[in-house]
Amino acid sequence: MEEEIEVKISIPKTLYEKLVKEAEDTGFKDIREFIIYVLEQLVETSDFEGEVMSKEDEEKVKERLRALGYID
Amino acid sequence: MVRPHGGRLVNRVVSEKRRNALLEEAKELPQIEITYERLIDVMDIAHGVFSPLEGFMNQEDYIHVLYDMRLANDLPWTIPIILDVDPVEIDGVKEGDDIVLRYNEKPIAIMKVEEIYGWDKKEYARQVYKTTDPNHPGVAKTYNRKELLIGGIIDLLNEIRHPLENRILWPIETRVLFREKKWKTIVAFQTRNVPHRGHEYVQKAALTFADGLLIHPLIGWKKPGDYRDDVIFAAYETLIKYYYPKDVVVLAGLLMNMNYAGPREAIHHAIVRKNFGATHFIVGRDHAGVGDYYGPYEAWEIFEEFPDLGITPLFIRESFYCQKCGGMVNEKICPHEDEYRIRISGTKLRKMIMERKIPPEYMMRPEVAETILKFKDPFVH
Ligand SMILES: [Zn+2]
Repeated sequence: MEEEIEVKISIPKTLYEKLVKEAEDTGFKDIREFIIYVLEQLVETSDFEGEVMSKEDEEKVKERLRALGYID
Repeated sequence: MVRPHGGRLVNRVVSEKRRNALLEEAKELPQIEITYERLIDVMDIAHGVFSPLEGFMNQEDYIHVLYDMRLANDLPWTIPIILDVDPVEIDGVKEGDDIVLRYNEKPIAIMKVEEIYGWDKKEYARQVYKTTDPNHPGVAKTYNRKELLIGGIIDLLNEIRHPLENRILWPIETRVLFREKKWKTIVAFQTRNVPHRGHEYVQKAALTFADGLLIHPLIGWKKPGDYRDDVIFAAYETLIKYYYPKDVVVLAGLLMNMNYAGPREAIHHAIVRKNFGATHFIVGRDHAGVGDYYGPYEAWEIFEEFPDLGITPLFIRESFYCQKCGGMVNEKICPHEDEYRIRISGTKLRKMIMERKIPPEYMMRPEVAETILKFKDPFVH
């Protein structure tokens, strides 16, 4: 597990409540886990010509293409 | 690279992180068992084949597609993607609820039920198939569907294994692949058949003006007498090996339902290929037709109604061998009389293969015929 630091930020109350609700609806353990997930997605994901994916996703795609002999 | 239909490639496959939590949650939700064809729709939606659709259609999109051949936001779309259910199956389910779509008892996807609505199957047949004749295979399937429709976004939890899964690529995969190959123009070819010389001619005519060719066999339900999917792949592999330059062809399977909706389906096939990253699409004469329900050029004419499709259709005439020209030609480039023209008939070819004969070379490459005949039984029963 990567080292973590504690940050204290204020966000609008209604946004917080929405996030809590969304975290519950999507089955996350707690709000903290959900916010980390959302931020990770934002940082890692790029929208390239309409293809929204993370570096990791792209690597997985290339791995499969290699395994199936489509690329060297 | 051409942008997906609607601008963004849809991905409704849940991430590893969310998957376990959602699977746990799914146990508590109402369950609906879906057919194999709806399972294929779910996979196509989740993997962006049907971008911009993120789920099964709500009534507004359904009605627009039925009568205007466009989604409610005016984007071209010609075949409704709908989920049919029996009233008893959704007893107690309200709009706004989440449900689980199951196949063979296995949870496949979570669906947010946005709308429950009725439909008129006969009207569906009239609009989509231009006939209400139950002998039309698409119409027959429509009449067998259930009484209510539910619309809503889906999230895919589990993939289903397929015997040819290693032959199937999804849109994100062909897009990454085309980028790796540095192809800018890609022409897609739809097929459900083993290749004869006419197919090869059409593909090569198109390839002359494009960077790459995507040979895209449709994998799915077949009728008795059709060539088996694995036979089609093997036949194409042989053709590519002996008769295509290296690195200009990608052969990949497309897991998608076939409707036999003729002209409407030709548009649908083009839109789907755009999502796979193709810039051009070869539209056959009587594309996706069946029997004599559609005129031979209807599937070409319909494209005039869609100048905003975002993929260029290529209408290449039926080819034949001309003894005077001394090669494969078509109506547009050969001036000779009918007596010099030898047409390749799929029916005749099938008969020869059934009798385990090698067809003449002007019909089929001998290597391809040998590959097909290596299979004890190349046909579906
Ligand atoms: Zn001629």
